Amino acid sequence: MTNPKIVEPTVFELSSPGRIGVTFPTPDVPRADFPTDLLREDLPLPELAEVDVVRHYMHLSKFNYSVDSGFYPLGSCTMKYNPKIDEDTCRLPGFLYTHPLQPIETVQGNLALMYQMQEWLKEISGFAGVTLQPAAGAHGEFTGVLMMRAYHKARGDHKRTKMIVPDSAHGTNPASAGMLGMSIVVIPSDARGNVDLEKLKAACDDTVVGMMLTNPNTLGMFDEHVEEIVKIVHDCGGLMYGDGANLNALLGIVRPGDLGFDVMHFNLHKTFAVPHGGGGPGSGPVGVSQRLLDFLPEPLVGILEDGDDEEQAPLYGFVKPPQSIGRMKAFHGHFGGGLVRAYTYIAMHGPDGLKDIAQYAVLNANYLLARLRSTYHVPFDRICMHEFVAEGQFEGSDVRALDIAKRLMDYDFHPPTNYFPLIVHEALMIEPTETENKDTLDAFADALIKIAEEAKSQPELLHEAPHNTPFGRMDEVKAARELVLCCWLPEDYNENA
Amino acid sequence: MTYIPISPKERDAMLAAIGVKTLDDLFEAVPAAHRFPALNLPPALTEMEAAAELADIADANEHVRGDLISFLGAGMYNHYIPSVIDHMLRRGEFYTAYTPYQPEISQGTLQAIFEYQSLITALTGMELSNASHYDGATATAEAVNLAFAQFRGKRKKVIVSPTVHPQYRAVLRTYTQGMELEVAGDDPNADLNSNPADLAGLIDDTTMLVVVQYPDFFGRIYDYTKLIETAHGKGALVCVVANPTALALFKTPGSMGADIVVGEGQPLGIPMWYGGPSLGFFATRKSYVHKMAGRLVGETIDTRGQRSYVLTLTAREQHIKRERATSNICTNQGLLALASAIYMSVLGKSGMKQVAELCYHKAHYAAECLSQIKDMGLCFSDPFFHEFALCVNRPVEEVNARLLEHGILGGYDLGQDYPALKDHMLIAVTEMNSKEEIDVLAEVLEEVSHD
Ligand SMILES: Cc1ncc(COP(=O)(O)O)c(C=O)c1O
Repeated sequence: MTNPKIVEPTVFELSSPGRIGVTFPTPDVPRADFPTDLLREDLPLPELAEVDVVRHYMHLSKFNYSVDSGFYPLGSCTMKYNPKIDEDTCRLPGFLYTHPLQPIETVQGNLALMYQMQEWLKEISGFAGVTLQPAAGAHGEFTGVLMMRAYHKARGDHKRTKMIVPDSAHGTNPASAGMLGMSIVVIPSDARGNVDLEKLKAACDDTVVGMMLTNPNTLGMFDEHVEEIVKIVHDCGGLMYGDGANLNALLGIVRPGDLGFDVMHFNLHKTFAVPHGGGGPGSGPVGVSQRLLDFLPEPLVGILEDGDDEEQAPLYGFVKPPQSIGRMKAFHGHFGGGLVRAYTYIAMHGPDGLKDIAQYAVLNANYLLARLRSTYHVPFDRICMHEFVAEGQFEGSDVRALDIAKRLMDYDFHPPTNYFPLIVHEALMIEPTETENKDTLDAFADALIKIAEEAKSQPELLHEAPHNTPFGRMDEVKAARELVLCCWLPEDYNENA
Repeated sequence: MTYIPISPKERDAMLAAIGVKTLDDLFEAVPAAHRFPALNLPPALTEMEAAAELADIADANEHVRGDLISFLGAGMYNHYIPSVIDHMLRRGEFYTAYTPYQPEISQGTLQAIFEYQSLITALTGMELSNASHYDGATATAEAVNLAFAQFRGKRKKVIVSPTVHPQYRAVLRTYTQGMELEVAGDDPNADLNSNPADLAGLIDDTTMLVVVQYPDFFGRIYDYTKLIETAHGKGALVCVVANPTALALFKTPGSMGADIVVGEGQPLGIPMWYGGPSLGFFATRKSYVHKMAGRLVGETIDTRGQRSYVLTLTAREQHIKRERATSNICTNQGLLALASAIYMSVLGKSGMKQVAELCYHKAHYAAECLSQIKDMGLCFSDPFFHEFALCVNRPVEEVNARLLEHGILGGYDLGQDYPALKDHMLIAVTEMNSKEEIDVLAEVLEEVSHD
């Protein structure tokens, strides 16, 4: 086999001994002796000049598709436009260069922002308390499940070990409950994409911790019986977890707390435009109802001394809930990159602006659905919320969702999420978000319709797609079999243990 | 302010295409009693107003690049961040993309993560690294999950050194509360002067994991080779929580035989940002890769014969394995892994070493000066890196209040976590601290000592 063609060398391949990138001042203090027996022998890091590094990352950046470059309808991920001002506010020196363990008197700005954020998220969601600590949605789920467990334990209710999860749930839901050794009971969806109420009733008993429900669910459907579901779960003594990944559809529309949910995570990187960063950082605050308040992770931000209205601001500081599940991460959550950006975003939208977001996100999704439903089969077809799921397959054709996804790249679109949710065959999960204009949506619909024609006339065009991208399809089997996970291995690399 | 690019006319055309009259008509599935709540939030700001408001909030803080001289560390450090890093991070192609599910149009992110994994592997002396965790504390907790899975839950004892970061120990306890583990060694009243080898006495054949920190929470550096040999003798794994700056200078945990190396990547070009977001790194040996949490990028080729990269071994992950996944992690710290990769690339071999050496020399100069002060002194005599415990012989809070009057952010109050270290502070010194600053610290502490 010939060696693969190298499109962009790695930093190790670009390295040349003796090149210098950044230099630091010579010490202005006497040099101390090193404990020689504790020093490492070699430091096998690259040697590059700054210009080498800049060119390298510029080359790499060109291989990426991003929201800034085009339409990114990745279902469940809310790939909306990320306002540029947020990039400036989160980099203000007062935020960038404060240490998490500074005396609270010196960081009242940070603490006031966090306090306000707790209050705003409570107001938006209808919950009684909010922790800002979780680092992402899944981390928020784990936080929530820990609180649900602690709640039952505190009541001496030790039998509860089952978590109910609909078949449309995101993988993180069962995985989060699984981290606590809970067993998962899967409930099917009915023909309208709602939770099957009869099956739910049958599953509910005194061994149920609770239920984890995404609403709107991952089909993009608002569950038409949500209040009944909550009641059924509550009636058996269970708690109701809301996966807030889809909150973009609900801003100013309905508050999960008002519907009776006990706990929910927010994804600030979806709903509140914190950029996705090529895979994080996210931010996953969690809201809880009254009965879980005491179990929130520590620390929360509270008011330690009231201020008077005009002159004196209150003194903000940290407080610990009485039966706290403990700490979820070091320090106080994703403050700078998460909370400051989201705060800026909420402040700039206000109550009406937030409602607009949800309404236009839902408008855009329904518009695309209207344009596509005669070409692509949509198994659960009614008014959708911010996203919908179509089938990426056609009768009598061997073209699959994967082929359609890859072909979309040739039309310069990012593909929708595919093969999720698991209950739709060849799923294409399309979430346009509110920050796309009608022309873009039309161009995307046109491309999908054209691709459906191509699937009939030239299926190989789809099987071999993409054609116009810098890279073709990857050999994923080779990657998993050969498992080359780094471009460099230590000399004394040994295959022990 | 709005970012919605749709005119009223276009909106109406779209509503007509859908077959409804108004936007509100789209929400009939929502229970009417709770539909369209009035949110009590402040009215929207324009960009100009928001910029001013946020600047005011930021100004209400005192920060360490102007207002304060910092000697505070304890897990998060004030290092110089070369300008080039943020210039690259601000490329929309990087920061407005998501997890690289579609490799054909995500090679930028994928190759950058692959290089990050390689750089972490090189720094730690391990065989592989994943694509990142939320922070050092959660990476440490995930090491317990790996060990638990490795022994299929049959070994239930985790030995945690009391000199692991107190918040990391707290997170480890939070994470493992459903696992019915025995956590041993983590005793705040333990003899903090003892050698790490003493932990060896606790290891038995029910032990799945030993967790130590390097340098430890008090900045001390130990060679853990013997301890690791003992642990391996009983079949247990060892996780070393390492500071990445120190690794540029000191023996790697890999060379000591560690099975897992985790740590906080913030010192690698990430601002302190009041505690986050930062970066948890996680490196291990090939034999444990299937039990490891997190995303992983592997090399492959594309249909055109080009070297390329994909997310691999995804069968471990939540979207495939669901409740049997190695972890629930999904969104991780992609952009910060990129930041640290750029940092390690642009500092390179010489810059990384220079920073570590500067930290070492300056911390030792500070220790030397401060230990001259009457009634103050170093708490420990073992070799240390860029932090040390200083006995100040009076409440740390009082000392820090005095320091603050002089614009100095004093050390971390160790009495909060260790009763035996009441009146001790943990002082951190980095390349950012000039000799002059250290001298001022010494002067003020000298003054305090005369009170
Ligand atoms: C429905 C749903 N739940 C949970 C998550 C997990 O959130 P995160 O990736 O922030 O951990 C996602 C994210 O992709 C999601 O789409």
